[in-house]
Amino acid sequence: MQKGLKGGGILLLLPAIVFVILLFVYPFLYGLYLSFTSPEGAPTLANYARFFTDWWEVRTIWVTLWIALPATLINVILAIPFAYHMRHGMRGEKLITFFLIIPLTLGTVLVSEGMLSYMGPNGWLNQLLRAVGITQGPVRFTHNYWGVLISLVIQGFPFAFLMILGYVSGINPDLEKASQMLGASRAQTFVRVLFPLMVPGIAICFCLNFVMAFSVFPSAVLLGEPSGPTRVIAYAAYQWALEKFDFNIASAISMVMAAIELFVISAVLVWRNRIYRGASMVGKG
Amino acid sequence: MKEFSRFIVKDLTKEFDGKTALSRFSLEIANGEFITFLGPSGCGKSTALNCIAGLIPITHGEISIDGECIDDGRNKIPPEKREFGMVFQNYALFPHLSVFNNVAFGLRLRRLPKPVIHEKVQAALKLVHLEGHENKFPTQMSGGEQQRVAIARCIVLEPRLLMLDEPLSNLDAKLRTEMRNELHTLHRRLGVTTIYVTHDQQEALALSDRIVVMRLGHIQQIGAPGQVYADPANLFVADFMGFKNIWDAALGSLRENGDTLDAELTVRGLRLKARLRYPQGDPRRDALVAAFKAGTAVKTAIRPEDIRVGRDERGAPVRSRVTLVEYQGQTSYVSALMENETPVELRPSTPVRIGETLELNIAPEKVFVFAPGEG
Amino acid sequence: MQQKGLTLGRLFFFLGMVVYVGNVLGILFTVMLNSASKGWYSGVLPHYLTLEWYGYVAAEHDIPHLLFITFLVALSVVAISIVIAFPAAYALSRRDFKGKGALLSVFLLPMIVPPMTYGIPLAVVLYKFHLAARVTGVILANLVPIVPFMILVMMPFIEQVGVNLESAAQMLGARRLTVFRKVLIPLTLPGILTAGILSVVKTISMFELTYLVAGGRSQTIVVALYADAYAAGARPPQAVDALAVIYFLTAMACLVVALRFVSPTQMVFKIK
Repeated sequence: MQKGLKGGGILLLLPAIVFVILLFVYPFLYGLYLSFTSPEGAPTLANYARFFTDWWEVRTIWVTLWIALPATLINVILAIPFAYHMRHGMRGEKLITFFLIIPLTLGTVLVSEGMLSYMGPNGWLNQLLRAVGITQGPVRFTHNYWGVLISLVIQGFPFAFLMILGYVSGINPDLEKASQMLGASRAQTFVRVLFPLMVPGIAICFCLNFVMAFSVFPSAVLLGEPSGPTRVIAYAAYQWALEKFDFNIASAISMVMAAIELFVISAVLVWRNRIYRGASMVGKG
Repeated sequence: MKEFSRFIVKDLTKEFDGKTALSRFSLEIANGEFITFLGPSGCGKSTALNCIAGLIPITHGEISIDGECIDDGRNKIPPEKREFGMVFQNYALFPHLSVFNNVAFGLRLRRLPKPVIHEKVQAALKLVHLEGHENKFPTQMSGGEQQRVAIARCIVLEPRLLMLDEPLSNLDAKLRTEMRNELHTLHRRLGVTTIYVTHDQQEALALSDRIVVMRLGHIQQIGAPGQVYADPANLFVADFMGFKNIWDAALGSLRENGDTLDAELTVRGLRLKARLRYPQGDPRRDALVAAFKAGTAVKTAIRPEDIRVGRDERGAPVRSRVTLVEYQGQTSYVSALMENETPVELRPSTPVRIGETLELNIAPEKVFVFAPGEG
Repeated sequence: MQQKGLTLGRLFFFLGMVVYVGNVLGILFTVMLNSASKGWYSGVLPHYLTLEWYGYVAAEHDIPHLLFITFLVALSVVAISIVIAFPAAYALSRRDFKGKGALLSVFLLPMIVPPMTYGIPLAVVLYKFHLAARVTGVILANLVPIVPFMILVMMPFIEQVGVNLESAAQMLGARRLTVFRKVLIPLTLPGILTAGILSVVKTISMFELTYLVAGGRSQTIVVALYADAYAAGARPPQAVDALAVIYFLTAMACLVVALRFVSPTQMVFKIK
């Protein structure tokens, strides 16, 4: 590893730095500026006030949290046992991972559109549930809270699973053997050795998953009820920007979104640091 | 340490994907002994160790201790219940736990009271000379220190059997010798039965009560270090233990003299005499006799150190010309070419020069002869 | 250790996977069948199969144009990103400097912050500079998550090419640029290809950013799909599904190509 940036180092980084400043940092700062400015250009807190004093707008925070937090918890908590089971690899691993990345690759729009038919009142899922006798009448999965939650799980679970699988497969397999030799049962090995070593990965996974879920947009609109129960904060920002053309309030809402995401991420990282004292290197050997 | 009276491994066989990693491995281990599985990579030594530990299932065979069968291919006692200790090649210390908690891990599982745990951990750390390091974490320690924590973690549980899988191979040469001595001292103090796996014959010779030499899943020889060193059972063991000068030879005559065989051989025209201590019933003897009857060629094996440089009245001296000298301080590794155009490896105690003519004396007792197909 | 035979864990795992995969397949097949059906309001299978909806969709949308825009955006984004990201990845892999960690974090931010969060300020800026509602704007917007992704994917590939190889080339007389051309790039080509193909897949399925920035003639196919689905009342659902199938086939084709070069786990990055 060469020390320092002499000999063209800066030149190599320049395009990327310019790019990040122009297309990311500057828009963000501009958005921040707009959020504190009136449409005429005067500094003001009116945008935030407008958002926080209007119950119809502020409630989007709770609505979105109410969708995002359970979805993230489900994704991460479900992913752990599945990833644990596959930590040493298994037959058909390639096939399984292939199926898991299909929804990720295809994106929320297609999945949401598909769910409208598949999970509709007369769709296959309801037909199956009736045929097996689990339900009598059709269960409402679409155009409500549940549809949005399910779509977040369909998209979020593979992401969480693959990420946690990556972490757990990176744990030195001899640690499990050592634990066994010292007398631990499989459950004890998981609780005392594997899980503590997975915590950093789980924390990061939770953060990323939450951030994706919190900014949910197309499924909340297509699959939910954006006029009420699933009016999420991203939708509110969108409406102010591209329907009402008030970029100041829209930016303010984006900033609020960013702030909440940042808050949750920090909280998770603080929790993780408290649980996990000690080395974070889990490489083999 | 806990003791046992009988530990028997019978016909242990392990097959992976159609390949036989271990074939009919049989061994009886005595309480308190230090036994080494020695061989090149792929010989099955680690497989044998893992089978005995219970970390991998066996295909055929039986492992029993004090009459109780712990694995017979169908039923097996899981590793966590066997009360064996294992030190891994890369130490496998829990990175998220301090040294103290690593060592205390097994004790905590057994729900011993806190003060007892504290006392035992301190005692174990003292044994491995790591007092004061309780609160460090594995990544803050050197390889040698991690090694010692791994050992302490096992012995604190007073296991019936301690297994070490090439524990010194990740250490540099000087540290390796130090740790080897520590292991030796530890074994003498504690008396815990130990199975040690290595490819390094020096370690095996220095530490063991008995050595099991292995190759491609088969046991080649079991014996005390002196035996394996001075009386190898076949060509492979001889080669592995440092015999060189392995030459194709024709058996001119073979006379049986009680427990000794006197042989006269020709190596590319060069006449050699060999006096072999192969007693009646020794498979080496039978193989040689058969080879002599059939007229097949045999192979010699002579330690470089056993070839005397200089004049000696006993044997007929062989002339050779030095081709390569590798200085090694006390002695040199010397290659020379004998009259019959065969290279010879020597370890002379006085310095020699390239091109110099040396007279070699090869005493018959130092010449080993093996029939082909052995080892 | 692998235990032989059926255990409770294995059963649950298998069931879980079956439930998940079953639902995903159910969704996909429903869309496909629906797009070719008529009057399928109940029952397991449609009674009547027809391709008329595809004709309908072809008439309503300029499909070739949609596909053209989609691939134009995807390939432009990839090309531009490679030029920006490769040198940066090289510098980050080979050099150590103060603030490297901070710089890396800044580069990775666009991957962590979700598109909807920074998308609106980004759209505002692009509108301000009259770049929005045009293909240029869509390309610029899609660069934001892709450049960091590329840097992240390419770094391990560059690290894998030991510095020794570059040093050896220098000792043999090659100038810096020649070393780049003749040693580094050929050896990191797999990494570049991997990053490229993954980025194509990501851009094709990227919705939020394109939606916020695109105009009528600069939509990608996924945005057109959303617009149709949103205005569900105005279009027969089978037609929407027909467009969905076209999108699905496009995305899947790219995914299958991608999987020839890359393992599925690499599509989800790992932040250490």
